[in-house]
Amino acid sequence: MTETIVKCENLKKWFSVRTGFLHTLISRRQLFVHAVDGVSVDLRKGEIFGLAGESGSGKTTTGRLLLRLIEPTDGKILFKGKDITFMKDRDLRPLRRQMQIVFQDPYESLNPRMLVRTILEEPLLIQKMGGRKLTGLVYKALEDVQLVPPDEFLLRFPHELSGGQRQRVAVARALVLNPEFVVADEPVSMLDVSIRAEILNLMVDLVKKYKLSFLYITHDLALARHICDRLAIMYLGKVVEQGSSDHVIGEPLHPYTQALIAAVPVPDPESKRIEVQVQGEIPSPVNPPSGCRFHTRCPAYIGDICRTREPPLIDIGKGHLVACHLHSK
Amino acid sequence: MPLLEVKDLKTYYTTLRGAVKAVDGASFGVEEGAAIGLAGESGCGKTTIALSLLRILPSGGKIVNGNIMYKGKDLVAMDEDEIRQDIRWKEISIVFQGAMNALNPVYKVSEQIVEAITLHEERVSQGEAKERAAKLFELVGMDPSRLDNYPHEFSGGMRQRAMIAMAMACNPSLLIADEPSTALDVIVAAQVLKLMKELKERLHLAMMLITHDLSIIAEICESTAIMYAGEIAERGSVVDVFKRPLHPYTQGLIAAFPDIKAERTRMSSIGGSPPDLLNPPSGCRFHPRCKYAMDVCRSKRPGLVSVDKNHVVACWLIGK
Repeated sequence: MTETIVKCENLKKWFSVRTGFLHTLISRRQLFVHAVDGVSVDLRKGEIFGLAGESGSGKTTTGRLLLRLIEPTDGKILFKGKDITFMKDRDLRPLRRQMQIVFQDPYESLNPRMLVRTILEEPLLIQKMGGRKLTGLVYKALEDVQLVPPDEFLLRFPHELSGGQRQRVAVARALVLNPEFVVADEPVSMLDVSIRAEILNLMVDLVKKYKLSFLYITHDLALARHICDRLAIMYLGKVVEQGSSDHVIGEPLHPYTQALIAAVPVPDPESKRIEVQVQGEIPSPVNPPSGCRFHTRCPAYIGDICRTREPPLIDIGKGHLVACHLHSK
Repeated sequence: MPLLEVKDLKTYYTTLRGAVKAVDGASFGVEEGAAIGLAGESGCGKTTIALSLLRILPSGGKIVNGNIMYKGKDLVAMDEDEIRQDIRWKEISIVFQGAMNALNPVYKVSEQIVEAITLHEERVSQGEAKERAAKLFELVGMDPSRLDNYPHEFSGGMRQRAMIAMAMACNPSLLIADEPSTALDVIVAAQVLKLMKELKERLHLAMMLITHDLSIIAEICESTAIMYAGEIAERGSVVDVFKRPLHPYTQGLIAAFPDIKAERTRMSSIGGSPPDLLNPPSGCRFHPRCKYAMDVCRSKRPGLVSVDKNHVVACWLIGK
């Protein structure tokens, strides 16, 4: 078994809903958005772990919690065995070097007034790394993301780069500190199809080369299937199914996973048409449904148990976990 | 006679740095009740074609060449009044990209639909328009009691349905949909696509679907035109184009789509990025990214060659 780099247990993040003064006086009840509500995952060294689900399922919040970019409400986050759940910022700073993020939109995540060189130097300066080797590290980072020769890109501003090149700079910025854990939040959804694969292949290569733990957050199951080693499907703040991507996509067990896969259109005019197995949209996370959160839309609803009892996430073998009463006897 | 026939359409945008040849000689047709999918990467000119059809190009945009024959009349030659009175909404309507944010947040949805109807059909009274709005809501699978809601009370999928209802308000024969499901979640996107397919079949509605997602075209359309840098690279029935793609760009684009049902593989991509349309490459515009590029590709622009019934391709590899 390979080393676990990041692990969280029963992680929760509730955002308080801001209501008007009068409303607070009358109802006296504080409402919360249950963005992440008891998630336990672990990321191993050198593995790409995918977190997939619809918008509002809590996948981005989970990614940010694991990096401690936001404060968890409850639960436990372990980074290389060290509890960082409520660690102070000052103590966290040396660890930040080892955990980085690549954001969704390279048009917004790079400062338009900074040269590529400054963008890549900044993390090194903040972490007081590099010293005389600073320039060397920046060159290496650019070579890693195949922006070669580096001299051609160092003195450019982000607006002088194409979308794909910008995202490469964002990847280089995350990797320049030589981290062990990287979160990529929908890193290619803003890019054109013909360029997507290139960036993803690059990331896969870098993960394997540097033995990174890579959390890939996406809503695109077809992409996730091809790049992730393991995959967790989230619904309303909870993981409903988890396992190797072959298992989760190839033999999905949870009715929600099955519905998601059936809804993905296939670029083949002769294949079976998409199926709409589930009606309606994801309910509000302010007041999530009781019992199994999917019971209001579930096509396989089996009775009161779904409405009243929350199904636990159980292992049905080979690390394939599912939270559904159909499979928990 | 096809419902719509676009012949050698050229639409340029004048900018301070020169003319951007957003659409540079596009030809295609749409039969009544049929759907065509325009596919390509961002900046390939697919949205500009839609804006040209409705003559709603932003300032600086101009149709410089070509005809748009719709039911035998040339839309390019019509003046603004004719287009507004006879074509927009009544004949051709559009659902814009990110349409869920295209509703006015300070008006009720019903008011917006009623406004669209009464503006374009002067003889219809407020009451009749409201009744029609309720029927439109039923048509798109929504509860008419929700008509008096404000847009923020709708979810993304419902807003998209409301926008489709609105586009159908004056019984158009051709519906243009620009990235109709891009901003939606998978399950909701599937619901909206299913709805569009039903509308097409039930109302014998012609559609022009603009998307970068080939799978949506495979799902709904009979024919497709693959665009690259303002030109049509390949055009034909979806089966021909998707099963026997001839243009290297089409082949690359199809290969770049991950298939959820396939075995886990390394994904393929097309190297490089789309060209700057202020200064497009000489010859075939795809040649800097094409792995088969020959000398002739760099110097001469390939014309569309017919390879099969209704299957044309612009590539020097084909039909020398």
